[in-house]
Amino acid sequence: MMIGLACCSNSNMKSIRGVMVAGSTVLLAMSIWLVVDFLGLRAAGDASEMLYTGSWMWYAPLNIHLAVGVDGISVLMLLLSSIIVFAGTFASWKIDPLPKNFFLWFCLLSTGVFGFFISIDMFTMFMFYEVALIPMYLLIGVWGTGRKEYSAMKLTLMLMGGSAFLMLGLLGIYWHGTPEGGVHTWNILEISHNASIDPSWQYLLFCFTFVGFGVLGAMFPFHTWSPDGHACAPTAVSMLHAGVLMKLGGYGCFRIAIFLLPAAAQELAWIFIILTGISVVYGAFSACVQTDLKYINAYSSVSHCGMVLFAILMLNETAMTGGILQMLSHGLMTALFFALIGMIYGRTHTRDIREMGGMMQIMPYLGVCYMIAGFASLGLPGLSGFVAEMTIFFGAFEHSELFYRIFVIAGTSSIVITAVYILRVVGKVILGPVQNDHHRELTDASWWERLATVSLIVCLAGIGFFPNWLNETIRTSFMPIIDALNSVF
Amino acid sequence: MDYSQFGAMLPELIILGLFLIVFLFDTFCGEGQKKMLTPFTTILFGLATVAIWLIPSSGEAIFGGMYVDDTACKAMKAILNIGVFIVFLQSAKWTESDEVAIRKGEFYELILVTLFGMYLMISARHFLLFIIGLESASLPLAALVAFNKKHYESHEAAVKYILTAVFSSAILMAGLSYIYALSGGSLYFGDIAEAIASGSRSGLLIVGLAFLIAGIGFKLSLVPFHLWTADVYQGAPTAITSYLSVVSKGAAAYAFFIIFVQVFGAVYSDLWEWMMYAVIILTITVGNLFAMRQKNMKRFMAFSSISQAGYIMLGVMAGNFGLASMMFYIFVYIVSNLGAFAVISAIENKTGKLSMDDYDGLHKTNPWLSFAMTLAMFSLAGIPPFAGFFSKILIFTSVTSTGSMALYMLVLIALINTIISLYYYLLVVKAIWIKPGDAKVEAFRSSTGERIAIWLCVAGIVFFGLVPYIYDYCYDAVKTAYGLLI
Repeated sequence: MMIGLACCSNSNMKSIRGVMVAGSTVLLAMSIWLVVDFLGLRAAGDASEMLYTGSWMWYAPLNIHLAVGVDGISVLMLLLSSIIVFAGTFASWKIDPLPKNFFLWFCLLSTGVFGFFISIDMFTMFMFYEVALIPMYLLIGVWGTGRKEYSAMKLTLMLMGGSAFLMLGLLGIYWHGTPEGGVHTWNILEISHNASIDPSWQYLLFCFTFVGFGVLGAMFPFHTWSPDGHACAPTAVSMLHAGVLMKLGGYGCFRIAIFLLPAAAQELAWIFIILTGISVVYGAFSACVQTDLKYINAYSSVSHCGMVLFAILMLNETAMTGGILQMLSHGLMTALFFALIGMIYGRTHTRDIREMGGMMQIMPYLGVCYMIAGFASLGLPGLSGFVAEMTIFFGAFEHSELFYRIFVIAGTSSIVITAVYILRVVGKVILGPVQNDHHRELTDASWWERLATVSLIVCLAGIGFFPNWLNETIRTSFMPIIDALNSVF
Repeated sequence: MDYSQFGAMLPELIILGLFLIVFLFDTFCGEGQKKMLTPFTTILFGLATVAIWLIPSSGEAIFGGMYVDDTACKAMKAILNIGVFIVFLQSAKWTESDEVAIRKGEFYELILVTLFGMYLMISARHFLLFIIGLESASLPLAALVAFNKKHYESHEAAVKYILTAVFSSAILMAGLSYIYALSGGSLYFGDIAEAIASGSRSGLLIVGLAFLIAGIGFKLSLVPFHLWTADVYQGAPTAITSYLSVVSKGAAAYAFFIIFVQVFGAVYSDLWEWMMYAVIILTITVGNLFAMRQKNMKRFMAFSSISQAGYIMLGVMAGNFGLASMMFYIFVYIVSNLGAFAVISAIENKTGKLSMDDYDGLHKTNPWLSFAMTLAMFSLAGIPPFAGFFSKILIFTSVTSTGSMALYMLVLIALINTIISLYYYLLVVKAIWIKPGDAKVEAFRSSTGERIAIWLCVAGIVFFGLVPYIYDYCYDAVKTAYGLLI
């Protein structure tokens, strides 16, 4: 279960690259094994909320445990993370200064991510959450490009600001989550069984926790760290950050904010639906006017991650399932995008779409990959984006009130806008005429780059063609949350 | 008089004995043996630390209840001892420098005397004994601050320190005289607590409390009694600065807690909750805002330590549960802050450089120092998985335990301030790792003492957050001594 540790322990040795490849492959294998084993157990009829649970006492006076356990959603998130770590390792094959330190922090970051997804104790969850945030500062600051110092500081401070609110929310849940006279607990499952948080406290705590996680989920108006941060980060870090770290926000939103505070979620969802609705549309429009490839993709991430939160806030099974599918799909797709942009930038040394063109003639492999990623992003059937967005909008349409209808229609329109900016880039950069004659001398992808991209594309198509088993896994895992929501009325 | 009572003061006796040994050694040893003084004292002090950590506390109140050595007091003394031990290690190199070598005996003796005073402050249960402790902890410190005889700043700092120290003692004693009047002529903590609980309150009590906060707040450099801090920290020799910033603060914080919670606990919500509420917010915020613009590392650490004192004081708002968290916070603060100071003093001793700009690109020449400094900064900022994260969260948890909305808001303000503090701690990290250009500090190998000090601090930062040994130790100590209310 302690997959995170497997990744962390192998960072100090000499042939860093070999170790990283071995480590991330083992990690990937373990995650796949975990998913298979998990599905096996479920099929065998094990219906408890979390599997593989374990709990070790940590700070006894405060009843803090190191408690782990996974449900269908977390195993998929673990799988996603390990795929991206695997691809990220290959994408940063030639990291320049201080490669050892780079991979050390990279491992710390992924340890945080893995730890977050397996924790069912709020304290450890929060700790891993912050563990995942802080390496970003050095990763962007040291190995980034452009205005890296500014972006790194902005990203770190904004995310830590979010976590300050989050911490307060968690403290409130801790002190109020137990009926009078009981032993206070940080365990998410126990708190949800107790269901004893007073509604008036729930409203406040819901705002704190949702905003706290929402900052990481790039919710409007707290999204401004994301474009700058992603644009300046080195390739692998952009991949992991946009691909996985932003999912921590969405995951936390439903695992803590909605699961533990269902009454407030029912009452206050509309506020956040407005905000996430704005980020969906606003992110897409912003992406249309950017000229830097990374900025385009970063704003598209804002839009897509907004969609995740939007779906989760619909508070019904179908939309939430779609939200998780969107997390997986966006994670893979955006990682692919950032990997490709990194590869293109490594060759052309520019990310400005006005200076590029005709990549298809120069490096056909990368061009094709870019087009596949683009199609996944705009929701072409057969790729993952289509499945996820369809599910979300189906689920969202189950609400019949006018308010929801308006926002669903606004959200749907973002697909069209997405098509605009994706096709604009594809038409200009990939297919258009060659802008710079020096670019003709550039080479196509090397084997490690091919490996990184292929592994992501396979998964994208996998979700697109066989969404059914994912759907089932996610759906069953949502049952406790739906029950908690229904029990309110 | 029953002289066997002294047996209950074992920690004080150990320190006093150590002081005498060092004094005699320093006075009567020959020139050749003088070299041995530093390792001799450091090793003996290390043994004393272990002894104080291990011996059980007597738990007796002696001298008619003026002095008590319960488990919590002993745990606090043991924690302070660790701090002093690290200070001794990191200053070993400095005491051998030409300017100091001839007087290094004084350095150790004065530190031991102040430590003795702090022990008395911690264990005092009578204001007279408390004042004696406070004075013997403050006055020799002024001599220590002036230790760099040939430096103008050192003198200026010492004058500032002694004037503020004396002034604040005067205020403290004025406050005590009011309280003496109110309590019907007793200075015993127990008597005063009874008198206050039974309802003798008046305007005098408010004034008395305010004066007490001001008097002890000076030692803790709480805003608005902090104005001496930056200049003194900058002017004093780095070894003394680090001692001032952690050990002296830790003792004062503990004494503050005992006085306010155990003696004046009955009027907590009526009278001093709001005073401390304002003082804490001011301390954390002002410390942080001023730290952002500092370029001199010692001034920078001064303002950072002001804001840290605000976090320590949060423990006062949470009863005995807060005390356990506060003691753990002090321990973590000791290792983190001393880790930073060990690096600063290693670089200062070698190159004389103290500006933050001099740290640009440090990782290229001194990767281990950079590593230690980064960990110390992360720990001070409260970043997991380092100890600072746990100490902050635990103190926040204990403050919110009372469930009052006002305290939630206090924690919110403190949390927002951690973001500000993260900004300036990251400035140091940025200078070390990110700023381009060649390193301004050449590669060097730090002395043995400094290296051991840094390793101890790094071990403390990494280890004692993940392993709750120290927290459990503090928690059990407080529980045994005072019982615990959550």
